[in-house]
Amino acid sequence: MKLLEHQAKRQLSRVGIEVPPGRLARTPEEAAEAARELGRVAIKAQVPIGGRGKAGGIAVVDSPEQARREAARILAMEIRGYPVRSLWCEVGLEIAHELYLGITLDRDRRRLALIFSAAGGMEIEQVAATSPERVATLWPDPFAGPQPFEVRELAFSALSHLPALGDGRGRLAAALVPLAQALYRLAIELDAVTCEINPLALTATGALVAADAKLEVDENAEQRHRELAAELAGDVEGEDGSAGGDPFEAEAKRRGLTYVHLPGGNIGCIGNGAGLAMNTLDLVQQMGGRPNNFLDIGGGAGAEKVRSSLAMILTDPDVRGVFINIFGGITRGDEVARGIVQARDELDIAVPLVVRMTGTNEEEGRRILAAAGIVPGTSAPEAARKIVELVGGAT
Amino acid sequence: MAILINSSTRVLVQGITGREGGFHTQQMQAYGTRVVAGVVPGRGGGEALGVPVFDTVAEAVARTGADTAFTIVPPPFAADAVMEAAAAGLRLGVCVTEGIPVLDMVRAAAFVDRTGMRLIGPNCPGVMTPGQCKIGFIPNHVGRPGRVGVVARSGTLTYEVIQGLSEAGLGETTAVGIGGDPVLGSTFRDILPLFAGDAATEAVVLVGEIGGSDEERAAAWIRSSGFDKPVIAFISGRTAPPGKRMGHAGAIISGTTGSAQGKIDALRTAGASIAETIEDVVRLAGESL
Repeated sequence: MKLLEHQAKRQLSRVGIEVPPGRLARTPEEAAEAARELGRVAIKAQVPIGGRGKAGGIAVVDSPEQARREAARILAMEIRGYPVRSLWCEVGLEIAHELYLGITLDRDRRRLALIFSAAGGMEIEQVAATSPERVATLWPDPFAGPQPFEVRELAFSALSHLPALGDGRGRLAAALVPLAQALYRLAIELDAVTCEINPLALTATGALVAADAKLEVDENAEQRHRELAAELAGDVEGEDGSAGGDPFEAEAKRRGLTYVHLPGGNIGCIGNGAGLAMNTLDLVQQMGGRPNNFLDIGGGAGAEKVRSSLAMILTDPDVRGVFINIFGGITRGDEVARGIVQARDELDIAVPLVVRMTGTNEEEGRRILAAAGIVPGTSAPEAARKIVELVGGAT
Repeated sequence: MAILINSSTRVLVQGITGREGGFHTQQMQAYGTRVVAGVVPGRGGGEALGVPVFDTVAEAVARTGADTAFTIVPPPFAADAVMEAAAAGLRLGVCVTEGIPVLDMVRAAAFVDRTGMRLIGPNCPGVMTPGQCKIGFIPNHVGRPGRVGVVARSGTLTYEVIQGLSEAGLGETTAVGIGGDPVLGSTFRDILPLFAGDAATEAVVLVGEIGGSDEERAAAWIRSSGFDKPVIAFISGRTAPPGKRMGHAGAIISGTTGSAQGKIDALRTAGASIAETIEDVVRLAGESL
């Protein structure tokens, strides 16, 4: 769950990290109001992805009238599939240096990594790739958290690349201690797998201010953060209930399906189990076909889930055939077969269905399919070849 | 021989009275696994599936001599259950739960590391030493005692691999599902040395997928340790687009890391044979023996 900039900044502010003054605007009039109140502001599209500046989603305005105009323009935008439904109108900063402070999950070390660099305002992965010595990383003990001496080590290492600081180094390192600790505690509190301040602005007056903020909450922890999710939904969902991103994926999420859309493909894919489902797409591609989607029905799926999955896949008119790949462990072949036949009859499916079915209750499952005129196979590569052949040159 | 579990393994089940817990424990018992206790806080003194139920893991261990935990409790409680098992001195824990918040696992993995317990999982199908013991839900009928070690991130895809090896008469020493989450108790790099030390394992099948760099680190270990048993690798997710979670929480390509091709290249450089299909896996395994 990716928070919008203004939400992330509110969380930072709540734990004592300074953010620039700002107002949220959902209409051009509200943006004009913000400009009236705050003076010169940057009007920033609130979308849960990066690259909004390049897309024209950020404008600096000097008057309420200009604010109204720019707000109207940006609110009409859609940035990479995400409609802009709100704007953060923020006072500019006098920035002396742009720094970077972020927290991210390090899978290899099985810890959160706390990262600090004097090279802020750029993609940190780029900095890490071209000049790794400018990026200082700490992997705090998961029970003790970052200790002050550890944060100072981090700070002095990164700040050695900013000789312009001079005597200011000591003060800045000291100021970073409570800031980094607060950010870390926030990440833990919100189950954040990413919590990034880039740039962390060192202002002309010596303050440390979060000029931009990104925060992503672990999907597995969403049930622990329902208010945040509701707040986010309130900000990104339009009256039609859609939230941007891929509309098929949004629909699948509503149906409770584990689904990824691959636009441009024309062969629907279903598998039971994530690895098997991924392999189903790989097989289709190996045979020269173009998968349209990934869909994992999980373990022990009932007929209704299978029906719902097929229906979901067929909402994309690009789909010219569907490959269903089942190796039943807990999943029972007869259940799946019933779901396929049900779907085929109810939805009047006209495109070819190829089913590969082995494992638990495979004979019963195959019998049900055969009786309905769907011939199942036992080899996945063969079934993949078959569906690619049947879909053939369909465009 | 085998690794991790065998016919003497004594298992306690955390979550034995749950619907999933009860079902899979029965399957395990039918397989021949020695289930000696259940642990459900508040249900101590009772009985389930023919074994005594205790309030705490410590008590279960003291009274029954259990040495291994099978953790099948819901996500909000699973990390804590794993830590309780580790604190009680068990030698092995297998946690199958899917959906545990990753920062819970960061803490649990660190906690477990400071004890003597080895953790397998979470979000895994478990471990099976064919003919002797299974913990988790790898289907009872797929395994057959034999010569190939299997270590995998996936579930159903792994069952197919195991079944293929069994039907070809090669069989398995032990099959280990390490799990599909981004933070795991044991990685490929942790399990391969166990197979290295098992005389009965003559070759290893490694089933990987996109996300993280576990396969790459395994490849680096294979090269630096001089591991000389044949490795057959099968990697899912060549078609996966970057940035999308493909079912498993850990199956996601982020920025420059985690692609299927990167893993294939690393393993090939380490001398592994790369299988394109499951039939390939079985064929290559057979040829290597």
